[in-house]
Formats: sequence, structure tokens, C-alpha cells
Amino acid sequence: MSDSCLTLTINGESVRLNDISPTMTLLDYLRRIGQIGTKEGCGDGDCGACTVAIVAKGSKGQPHYQAMNSCLIPLGSVAGQEIITVEGVANGQLHPVQAAMVKMGGSQCGYCTPGFIMSLFAAYYDRTVDDVSVEGNLCRCTGYLAIRRAAQLIAQAKPQDQFTERLAQATLELNSICYITSNQQFYRSTRLSEVLDLLQHHPNATLVAGATDLGLELSHHRKHISVMVSLEAVEELNLLTDTSEFVEIGAAVPLSHIEDKLRGVFPSLDEMLHWFAARQVRNRATIGGNLGTASPIGDLPPVLLSLEAQVRIASATGERSVMIADFFKGYRQTDLQPGEVIVSVKISKHLTQGAIRRLSQSYKVGKRGTDDISIVAAAFVIDLDEHNRIVHARLAYGGVAATPVRAIAVEQGLLGQPWTIATIQQTKRDLKDGFTPLTDLRGSADYRKMLVANLFEKFFVEMGGATIHPLEVG
Amino acid sequence: MSTIGKRKSHESAEGHVTGNAIYTDDQRLPAGMLSLYPVLSPHARARITKLDVSAAVQVDGVVTVVAADDVPGENNTGVILQDEILFPTEEVSYWGQAIVWVVGETEDAARLGAEKVVVEYEPLQPILTIQDAIAAPSFHNEPQVIRRGDPEITLQQAVHQLEGELEINGQDHFYLETQVSWVIPDSEGNYQVYSSTQHPTETQIIIARVLGIPNNRVVVTCLRMGGGFGGKETQANPVASVAAIAAHKTGRPVRLKLKRDHDMILTGKRHGFWGQYTVGFTDEGKITALDVTLYADGGWSIDLSPPVLLRAMLHIDNAYYIPNLEVRGRIAKTHKVSNTAFRGFGGPQGMIVIEDILDRIARTLNLPPDRVRERNFYHGVGETNTTHYGQDIVDNRISRIWQAVKANATFDERREAIDQFNQMNAYKKRGLAITPVKFGISFNKTQYNQAGSLILIYTDGSIQLNHGGTEMGQGLHTKMLQVAAKSLGVTIDRFRLMPTSTDKVPNTSATAASSGADLNGQAVKDACETLKSRLAAVAAKWLKLDSPEELVFENDWIYCRTYPTAQVRFEDVVKQAYSDRVSLSATGYYRTPNIYWDAKTGKGRPFYYYAYAAAVSEVEVDGFTGTFKLRQVDIVHDVGESLNPLVDQGQIEGGFVQGMGWLTMEELVWDDKGRLRTHAPSTYKIPTISEIPEHFTVHLLERAAQDGVIYGSKAVGEPPFMLAFSVREAIRDAIAAFGQPAYVPSYVPLASPATPEATLMAIEQIRAAALTSTVMEGDRQLSPL
Ligand SMILES: Cc1cc2nc3c(=O)[nH]c(=O)nc-3n(C[C@H](O)[C@H](O)[C@H](O)COP(=O)(O)OP(=O)(O)OC[C@H]3O[C@@H](n4cnc5c(N)ncnc54)[C@H](O)[C@@H]3O)c2cc1C
Ligand code: FES
Ligand code: FES
Repeated sequence: MSDSCLTLTINGESVRLNDISPTMTLLDYLRRIGQIGTKEGCGDGDCGACTVAIVAKGSKGQPHYQAMNSCLIPLGSVAGQEIITVEGVANGQLHPVQAAMVKMGGSQCGYCTPGFIMSLFAAYYDRTVDDVSVEGNLCRCTGYLAIRRAAQLIAQAKPQDQFTERLAQATLELNSICYITSNQQFYRSTRLSEVLDLLQHHPNATLVAGATDLGLELSHHRKHISVMVSLEAVEELNLLTDTSEFVEIGAAVPLSHIEDKLRGVFPSLDEMLHWFAARQVRNRATIGGNLGTASPIGDLPPVLLSLEAQVRIASATGERSVMIADFFKGYRQTDLQPGEVIVSVKISKHLTQGAIRRLSQSYKVGKRGTDDISIVAAAFVIDLDEHNRIVHARLAYGGVAATPVRAIAVEQGLLGQPWTIATIQQTKRDLKDGFTPLTDLRGSADYRKMLVANLFEKFFVEMGGATIHPLEVG
Repeated sequence: MSTIGKRKSHESAEGHVTGNAIYTDDQRLPAGMLSLYPVLSPHARARITKLDVSAAVQVDGVVTVVAADDVPGENNTGVILQDEILFPTEEVSYWGQAIVWVVGETEDAARLGAEKVVVEYEPLQPILTIQDAIAAPSFHNEPQVIRRGDPEITLQQAVHQLEGELEINGQDHFYLETQVSWVIPDSEGNYQVYSSTQHPTETQIIIARVLGIPNNRVVVTCLRMGGGFGGKETQANPVASVAAIAAHKTGRPVRLKLKRDHDMILTGKRHGFWGQYTVGFTDEGKITALDVTLYADGGWSIDLSPPVLLRAMLHIDNAYYIPNLEVRGRIAKTHKVSNTAFRGFGGPQGMIVIEDILDRIARTLNLPPDRVRERNFYHGVGETNTTHYGQDIVDNRISRIWQAVKANATFDERREAIDQFNQMNAYKKRGLAITPVKFGISFNKTQYNQAGSLILIYTDGSIQLNHGGTEMGQGLHTKMLQVAAKSLGVTIDRFRLMPTSTDKVPNTSATAASSGADLNGQAVKDACETLKSRLAAVAAKWLKLDSPEELVFENDWIYCRTYPTAQVRFEDVVKQAYSDRVSLSATGYYRTPNIYWDAKTGKGRPFYYYAYAAAVSEVEVDGFTGTFKLRQVDIVHDVGESLNPLVDQGQIEGGFVQGMGWLTMEELVWDDKGRLRTHAPSTYKIPTISEIPEHFTVHLLERAAQDGVIYGSKAVGEPPFMLAFSVREAIRDAIAAFGQPAYVPSYVPLASPATPEATLMAIEQIRAAALTSTVMEGDRQLSPL
């Protein structure tokens, strides 16, 4: 069974698309049909000028408006969904978000403005208007202060209008899709078994979840994808289980949901999610995608390595689990075999035997604090016994090798050591030469080495270790 | 009621927030519009040995390929010198230079065609740094010199003397709207061009040149730009020219909007500089003599580098009196993009050198840097208030602003608090700094300081306002509407602000040098005065008054000052004027008086006046990573009698943040083959909202009307950019504290931009010095903790 068309709703109007590439980005499509309010500033997901809002499921299952970068989204991914662009926000008169921006001088050249409006629009109905809601929007003119003042004007609002009404009527369940053109096929399934079946027929199919990595290929036309299989709607991949024993995160759960639902469970995960890209990307990006991409500078792998997560993988022939440390095989290579899909990531909550407390945190250093790719990312877990001795240590890093890695020798050396500055100082020396990172545009090898060591000390200090003057210890 | 001085929102604000404001690329595309895609050089420098486009034109949807042979006029877009080949035929001069452009029915087709173009090269050794250029030697010009007093002798006699150097990085404009133009040819040999350009007249001239036709056959129109910052002053020209050549060749409309990567790879940026200095000073930290050499990285062609370098040389003093000074400047020719205008136009690169020096002097003498800066201010009258190029600083407001911002920021109290914080914290340190800005307003090139306008009143009383300036977000159009409404005494709603177009106001200057409102405002006012005197005559007749001079134009009414009841509506007078056969349109014109520059002696009065400002910034630096957080910013800025405080505040905040980006995170990385590695926002990081502190205040200096400028206002576009020096200096202040308490560094070298890596390396240097100093300097030793 195949659909001859894709349907979507744009600003309340339903459109049926035939004969259009399912991998065309939503931004290209909008501009092609004359909806030119939405701008392209980069095509990379980095500037937010292309932001639109989509009616989607929130972390509590409620319908809400979600900001996303239209430059990264393939049309197939938004099929059946409702999209609001900047043109659809005013209704005879300016929307409160728009009026606030006008009043406070939030636009200068105005090119970034539609994107800010849409980010603020989504946050307005979520009642989460703050800096974070627009940190994925770049503005080169205003210096953001006037935009922040505009945001403050609407931050306390309790909206009740046609947009809240529309949400109340929204249908959220994504349907299955099988859309075939002369040279492309796009599938969206709701069941894992269907996906695994499809992969048997199309061993070279490209899996897509949030498309925040794949979207780059599309927006830069670097890749022709003939068969695309969307995992976004697969039920089994959208589960998030939090028990007293463990947490299991479905591979297709958007990061913003993980952020909301697991807040407080794993401090290192909270921290890393906070620094992961920006709101629009977190709304779409998934943990499965982050692992599937297998980037050496992916931010979640160090956290998962430190927490010793297990990756659950399924294929038509069955299921298996692999320890995260065994998942990364080489530069951009994973243990995934053709026909396999990441189902979930499972993290135990248990302390190591003999431990009475756990210290754990993660760190990310980029040229820019917000929305940057890591120079080095690190995640640490230290379990201590009642004598403050280390009974378990995990030090994981991104950005220092061809894959995310652990400092295994150092971890072993730490066992049985007291959790003191002397131990840290000793460890720092070993850590500094533990890896041979590269020099690239983001940072030099030397800097990376320093970070590998310094971040561990920073962890010690921030976990309440005795402060000591650096001059004393060299 | 006049809106002058009111916080009036941007005239297009509603268009911006609804998406209805149209940009060059948003116009409805006429049928048959073609697209372009470039073929880029993979080498920074190479001889082209073969070019074969035959496979490209076979690609479905490819119409043709434009190359050097297709240029009917000159294959050159240089503006000061004709050294800028549009389509290289023999040698490529930078990595990513476009060799040919493929014309396609769609952008996809053009891109696929471009993949099929075959170019073969013989790579040559490129010159990639200023140091390489000096060694070569490879320069665009002869050394330039500006001099006052006798620096050689006074340097020798100075109580203290220091030598040093400073390397300053460039900066990408990163306007949100990339370069874009489209060109519609007609069958009579005329070209209508829509271009996102800060300088429509120059774009017109260059297009006419490459097409080999008179200027009058080309009309260039700029609707509005999605940001410019100097990056669309000359850099719009090649983009528009390629589109024009393609339109000429195909006879069809052609559109070219650069992809972000292409924009960053192809277009010029802020000049990187290298400064070397020797400075002499007294025990109190007063500079007695300074000798500086500034090298600018001009890139492959000269573009606007000479005036950029000159502005750097003229701003080497910033706000400080330097009795004996020689500044030499030279433009290195390298195999990189041709660097160009960018907010501040060389001023920042000159001023950062003196700010770097002053901090070093202060630390050498163990004096507070703010005191040393203060002691060196221009002051008094005569010699001590005259720049090194001989301009008297009339209306010196530096000290006034300095005191005001120090008070607003509670500088002294916070200094103490920060010192205490630093004693208590080993791993993070705070820094505080205050820096001033004095910035010369006017184009250095005297002839650019002119402007025109054209106002058309229609019989229903509605008005079209044209002026020569372009709108790039700076609020120029808003201010011009305010000026016109006030001058004509009518409400602002009567006006339609027209797109800037070379067929309305000819021979305009670039909208640049912060001068847009000053120049065009006067020209708009001039046209209004002309119209008013014509209408006054009509109104006087209507009101049966003897002398039209008595008439006041206000709020859409024209009335007699002495008998206010004798009044008539503006639109009635307009209708009457038409019946009386009185012209309802007028041009306006302005040239800045009393400015001159003698390039031979390096003396003159190049600036009509100076803009002043000062900022206090506080940062916290993490000693593990080198990252910093900006905690607080306080600014006082002199904008004269603001035409529009909302717009001016926006310029100040935006300028500051852009400057902060330049100094702390925006790193252009070229590899050893001359390839730019940072050509997208994923790798080139400009500030986001999260880098902006909660506490950020801007005060406009009060009672500050500026004589001889439109309604007492002052320029505000560029000066705030340089306030970001306070951030860099605050970071250096924090870095210095990492040596405490054992070690008080006499110098805090810090690479620019102060990325976390650069900062951590600087901290390590201080820490290392602290370790050796505790061992060696027995007498100065303080026990740790
Ligand atoms: C602006 C921007 C900022 C970013 N910032 C960060 C950052 O700070 N840190 C960071 O780590 N990353 C960052 N990324 C990268 C990206 O967002 C993440 O890697 C994200 O987790 C990818 O998830 P996705 O669902 O969008 O993946 P997709 O793009 O949908 O897929 C990525 C890859 O994984 C595969 N895949 C997806 N799901 C599965 C599955 N269940 N089983 C098997 N294979 C699968 C796909 O086939 C594809 O090859 C950023 C990207 C952008 C555009
Ligand atoms: S265009 Fe920049 S994020 Fe989409
Ligand atoms: S207003 Fe110009 S980029 Fe934001």
C-alpha cells in the first residue's frame, strides 16, 4: 500500500503534495511556494532564522507548539503534521509576541526576526519564555538585549486564544507513511517489526529519527537518499521507563523530553543535555541518532560511557544488547550491522558494591558556551566507600580520539585510592598524556590534553573536594 | 507632534515580525529566472592550466557557464585600484576563489553542472600570513607614516620603555542575510538590478564597467538588507556583477544568493592586523613617546584596505594624548580573501593596540589600569587636546563620560569586592575593566561626505521619501522619516520610504562610516526646506498673509505664528499648490563643511566631530578551562541629542556584542594550505543570547546636543563596537589574578580572540611565572595563602 501524496497543514491550510521529493527540506518547500517570511541564514540548523512551530507531543504527552529548524527537516518527516510559520501568527492584529518585539525594538535588520518570533511563539504557549527558548536563534544586529526585554514582556502571560484552542483539537499520533516517487521512497512506521521488515527489503535504506544530523546532508544536497525510513513514530522506540533500578530511554525519544522527564535522575545527563545544541535541535534530536552518528565529538556518548549504559539493538533475526563501551568501533563506525536498529539505551541506577555514595557530573568545553560542538566533553562517575576510598571510577571523554573513549588505565589506577587532592594531582599527570588528540579548527592537541586533566580536577573541586591553591601543588 | 527624540520603533518592525518585510531574495520571481552556482578554487594560489566546461553544459537544466570570455567590458571589480579580477583566467589568488559560474534553470541544475566543470591547476606557494608577506616582501602599497613630535629622542629619554607586539584576528560579518542580487535585462540594453548592497551607486558603476555600458543603463535598487556591517559595501559588487554578466549572456533574469558557506569563503572580512610598538612613559604612567608599526592583512586585492589602514593609524591614539608619536602602516598582500570594510573600519585594530599598551604600562608600574588610562586622556586646550594628525578635539567629552560610567558602575566598590573574591577563590578569578572610545566621524575621503534626497508630494498629500542611504537594520530609514516629518511639519504616516535606488538619487556614497543619518538627514531636511518655502508661499496666499516667513508647519497644519487661528491643512495647501502650478517635488543636497585631509603630510581635520563612549565590564574566568562569563556591563554613550533613543540604544548594545564576539570567540581559522576551516556557524561562533549578562545598562549622555549635526544628534553605528575592549581588558585583569598572591604580573599577553584556549594558555603562562618568581624573587616574595 502506498500513498500517492504527502499531506501537511500550513497555517491552518491543508496541502497535498504529489511528485515532490520527500527529502526536500521544509524550508525549501516553504520558500518555493512563496511563504518567504521564513528565512535561510545558514542551512545548518545553527542560526534559527528558519524556525517554524509544529504541533507535536510534549514531554507529558500533551499537544504543544514546538520550535524546530525547517532547514533540516525533510518534508516526509512532517507529513500529516501541522505547521505554523511566521505568516500564520498574526490574526488581524499583531500577536502578543510580535507586539512585544515591535515595542521593545527587538528587530533591527529583521532577517533573524521571523525565527525569533517562532521560537518565542512556541515558548509562549509552553509558558517557558526565557533566554533558553531563543538560544538557538542568532541575531547579529541587536545584541539580544531588546529581544530579551521583549521576551520579558510576555513571559508571564497565560495565553488563551485561537492557538490554544487549536492545540486542544490537535491529533498527535503520527500515521504510517509509504510515499513513493519515481526515484525515492519514504516510509514511516509505527511498529518496530515493520521497520525491521522494511530493512530486510531495503538493506541500504537510511534510517532517520530527528534528522538533525541527516538534515545537514539534505540541506547541503550532499546526498541523494533513495530509501528513507523514519523511526520517529515507532512505538517501541518512544518509551521512557524510569524505575528504582534502572532507566531505559527509547532511541527515538527527543532530547527535550529526556531533559524534562529525567531531570534530577542523572546529574551528568542533565548537565550535558543543557549544553547540547539549542532548543530547536533538542526538540528533534534523539539519543539513537546521537549514537547512530557515532561522532567522536558527540556529547551523549561520554555520559553513557561513564554510566555504563547498555544499548539494545534489534533486527529481523532478534534482539541483542551491547555495552556502550563496545558499541563504538572506530572513527564513525559502530557495532550496528545492516538491518539493525537501536531500540533503547538502558542505564542502571545501582551503586557499586561497597560504595556508599556516587559522585558524577559531566562537562563540555566549546569555543562558545552555548550551542557549540565540544572541543572536549567529559563525564565522570566516582563511587566512594565509607572511608572515602574510590571503589569504582569511570572517566569518559569525547573529542580526544577517533571515538568517544574511557581512560581505562587511569580508572584502574584510581581503585582503592583516597578521594583527595593528592590522588587527583597524581591522576592529572597520567590523564594529560593519556590520549593523543588532534589539533583542529576547534582547538589544539595541547589544549585538549590540558582539558582532559583539568576537567577531572574541576570535577573534584565542584564535588566539594578540598580547595587548594593551584600554586601550592603545581 | 514630532517624533524626534522619541523611542519610535523601526519603521519596518511590523514587517519584520510578521514576515511581510521583503528582502532582495524574497521578491516574487519572474518566470524564467535563472540561478548561478560557482566553481571554487581548491588552491590558495595556483596557475590555471585547463578549463573545460563542456560536460557541465550537457547537464540537464544547465543553460550556460559564464567565464572571463563572457565579460563584454572589463573583467575587474576593483574599486580603488583595478586589481580585482572577476573571473580569473591565469592564476587563482585565494582558496575558494570562484573561477566560473554555472547558469542553471534551477539552483540544483547549476550545482550539478558546477560539479562537472573541469579545471586543472599547477599549485604555487601561497603567502598566508602577514609575517610571510613581510618576508617575501609582498605588499599592496608603500609604507604610510603619520608623525608628531620627536619620538626617537623622547623614547631614548623616557624613564621607562617597553617593546611589544600584538596580533589581531579578523572577523566575518555574519550578516544573517547572505549576499544576494538579481538582474533583469531588457531588450534595449538596460539592466534593473536588485541588490543587497550598502553602496548602490558603486554597484551600478561596477556593473556598468563589467558590461561596458554607461552608468545610466543600470539601475540598482536596494530594498533593505538583512544586515551589512560593512560587508556589503564593496562585497556586493562582484555578486551583482556575475549576475549581470549572466543576464547579459542569456538575456534572461538571473538571481544569485550565496549559500552561507560560499559567502564566508568568497567574501572579504575584517582585516587581521599585526602591531609592533615601542613605548616610553613616566613613573606616573604617562606616555611620552610611542612608535608603532601596523601591518594590515589586505588579502589578495587591495579593495578598501588603504582607508581602513588610515583609519587604524588615525585611531592609534584612541582617547589619549601622545606627545611624540610615529605610526607607520602597510598593507600585506596575501593569498586570502580580500579584506574589507567592517564596523569600525580599521579603528578597532588601531585602538586595541594602545589599550593593550596602557594595561601593560599600568601593570609594569603596579598602578591601577583605570588610573593610567585617565592620566593619559586628551585634556585642556591646544597641544594636549590635539591629535597626532593635528585635529583639535573640539568638545572633548571623554572625562565627563568616564566619570559618569564609573559612577553608574560603582567601579571603585566593585574593584574592592573583586579583589576580595579573587583572594578567596583559587580556581576562578574575576576581572574588571573600564575603557574609553573616541571615534572620528566622517569618511576619511573628503569627497564621500555628501548626500542627496528626493521628496515627491502627491496631490492627496501622501509623500514618497527617497534618500541616498541604505537600510541594513541600523534604523536609518526610521530616522529619515522622523527628520522629514519634523522638517515638513507633518505626521510620519504620510510618508512612504522608498527603496534606495540609483534612478532616484544619483552618485551617492556608501552607507557607511556611521555617517548615514548625519549626511542623508541633512539632505532630507534640505529638500523639505525647499518644499516648505514653496508651500509657504501658497499657504500665505491662502491665508492672506503678507510674509510666508511667519508660517509654522506642524502636525499637518500650516499656521501663522502670530495669529495661530489663521491656519490651513497641509493637504489643502498641497492641492492648491498643484492648481497654482507649483512643483511638489524637490531634491535635497548636503556636504559636510570644514573637513580636509592632506595625505602628503598626514595632517588635517578629517573628522567633522568625534563620538565618545566608555564601558565597564566584569568577567569571571574559569581556571580549569579558560572559559569566561561576562557578569556585568555598564555603558555611557554620547549620541548627541538622540534622534531616536530606541534605535540608538539598539546600535550600542548590538555594536558592543559584536565587538565582544570579535575579541572573545569569533575565530577565523586558516590551515597551512590557506583553506578557511571556519565557514559556517557550526564552526564560526558569534555570540548567542546566553553570552549576554543580565545586568547590562546603557545610558545616553545627557545635555549633549552636537552643533551643526542634524537636530543635534551624533553618529552611533560604529563607536560602540570598540566598547568591547573592556571585556578583553577585564579578562586580562582576571588572568593576572591567577598569579596572586605570590606574583603580580607586569604584563598579561593574551591572544586574540580570547577563546577559552587562548585564555587558559595565558593563565598557564602566569601560573608558570608565579612558580618561578616565588623561587627567584626573594624580596618580592609573598607567601602563598
Ligand atoms: C545545530 C546543531 C547543533 C548540534 N549540537 C550538538 C551537540 O551539542 N552535541 C551533539 O552531540 N550533537 C549535536 N548535534 C548533532 C545531532 O543533533 C545529534 O547527533 C543528534 O543526537 C542526532 O539525532 P537525530 O535523531 O536528529 O539523528 P538523525 O539525523 O535522524 O540520524 C543520525 C544518524 O543516526 C542514525 N540513526 C538514527 N536513529 C537510529 C536508530 N534508532 N538506530 C540506528 N541508527 C539510527 C541515522 O541513520 C543517521 O545516520 C547538533 C546538530 C545540529 C544541527
Ligand atoms: S537556516 Fe539557519 S538554522 Fe535553519
Ligand atoms: S535584527 Fe538583524 S540579525 Fe537580528
